[in-house]
Amino acid sequence: MIEFTLWDIVRNLLLAARWTIVLSLIAFVGGASLGLLFTVLRLSGNRLLKVMIGVYVDVFQGTPLLMQLFLAYFGAAALGFNVSAWAAASVALTLFTSAFLCDIWRGCLEAVPRGQWHASRVLGMDYLQTMRHVILPQALRLSVPPTVGFSVQVVKGTALASVIGFVELTKAGTMLNNATFAPFTIFALVALIYFALCYPLSRYSRYLERRLYDAGMR
Amino acid sequence: MGLTLDFLALSPYVGELARGLVTTVVLTVVTTLSGLMLAIVVAYLRVHAATWVRRILGGYVELTRNTPFIVQLFFIFFGLPALGIKIDAITAAFLAMTLNLAAYTAEILRAGIEATGRGQLEAARTLGMSKFQSYRHVVLVPAFARIYPALTSQCIIVMLGSAVVSQISVFDLTYAANFIQSRNFRSFEAYLLVTLVYLLLAVGMRQLFLLVGRRLFAFRQGGQA
Repeated sequence: MIEFTLWDIVRNLLLAARWTIVLSLIAFVGGASLGLLFTVLRLSGNRLLKVMIGVYVDVFQGTPLLMQLFLAYFGAAALGFNVSAWAAASVALTLFTSAFLCDIWRGCLEAVPRGQWHASRVLGMDYLQTMRHVILPQALRLSVPPTVGFSVQVVKGTALASVIGFVELTKAGTMLNNATFAPFTIFALVALIYFALCYPLSRYSRYLERRLYDAGMR
Repeated sequence: MGLTLDFLALSPYVGELARGLVTTVVLTVVTTLSGLMLAIVVAYLRVHAATWVRRILGGYVELTRNTPFIVQLFFIFFGLPALGIKIDAITAAFLAMTLNLAAYTAEILRAGIEATGRGQLEAARTLGMSKFQSYRHVVLVPAFARIYPALTSQCIIVMLGSAVVSQISVFDLTYAANFIQSRNFRSFEAYLLVTLVYLLLAVGMRQLFLLVGRRLFAFRQGGQA
């Protein structure tokens, strides 16, 4: 049997943490793009689209991420596609992220007082002009802190990809545990690495929120 | 190859599904209650206790909020026995869920507590209410009323997150789905059905919280802030 020193464990965990970061980035970038598309479609005024996107958001917010991962992984197989854990995890986390971001951004758009729409109309601006010059600049500022805050949920969410066999930080932890039988050390280290990834994001989100609040906007 | 679904293949496993459902519901109800109680204590101490107590509890809250639930669960289930603390899977699940919910709720509740003006508490004391009475009626209840929507969401998140306890072999809904698909290889049907059950549980929980909230915080219907 190979002997693992503490450094071996730390090194292997850090190497695996790369894949946690890559998967987080894929999910966040993909989810933000898709979420943006849904947010725009929701604003388009089409009733059916609005209802469908509403259901989409409710379904992803009302079911476990673990189930979404299982369905992406085994569902694709049932459809006859042989997908890798990589693909399934990327798709599931992207959809999950898009639903939450879409909901967060809708809230930000709605937070801009309704009166401003009326006022812009009175000033002779059309829908797009109002959106571009009045609503979006304010909604964008409002959206930054919760969006950064949600990125923490994305990073933590990637841990579930371990369950379908994707070797990221958590999976590396369980594998190392099976080889070394040092669960306390290993899972403490795993938690610490997640903390190092997430805590700065949490702090940054809180700082942005505070700054926004101090600027007199809510 | 097309998609052929055979939900009838699940019918022999109704018993397993029911067993899983009961476990998930019981775990959720028990941890919601225990998590809330712990959260009240933590939130109270984080506002009023000595600095070193506040620091330690702040560390607990931040650590919990910034690490995945599955890692917390593994740490408790696999890590603690290494220190000589033997616990079974269901206890570990209960412990992890309670600590998780309490950390999030304590943070939400703290904001609710801090929103109460000092003057209100002093006014209550002047009116002859005891320390406990005034804290309960003037600070805690309005704080809960203020944070109730956020609290509802958090409890639902913990219920959904409980799917992870299947990974330490707690026989919950997700475990039932895993069990079924290992027997009849109808993985998609099993997971789809169980996902639907989770969705119904989430919707049901939201309605229940709404109903309870309306009763508990009826005094707020009068239009006060």
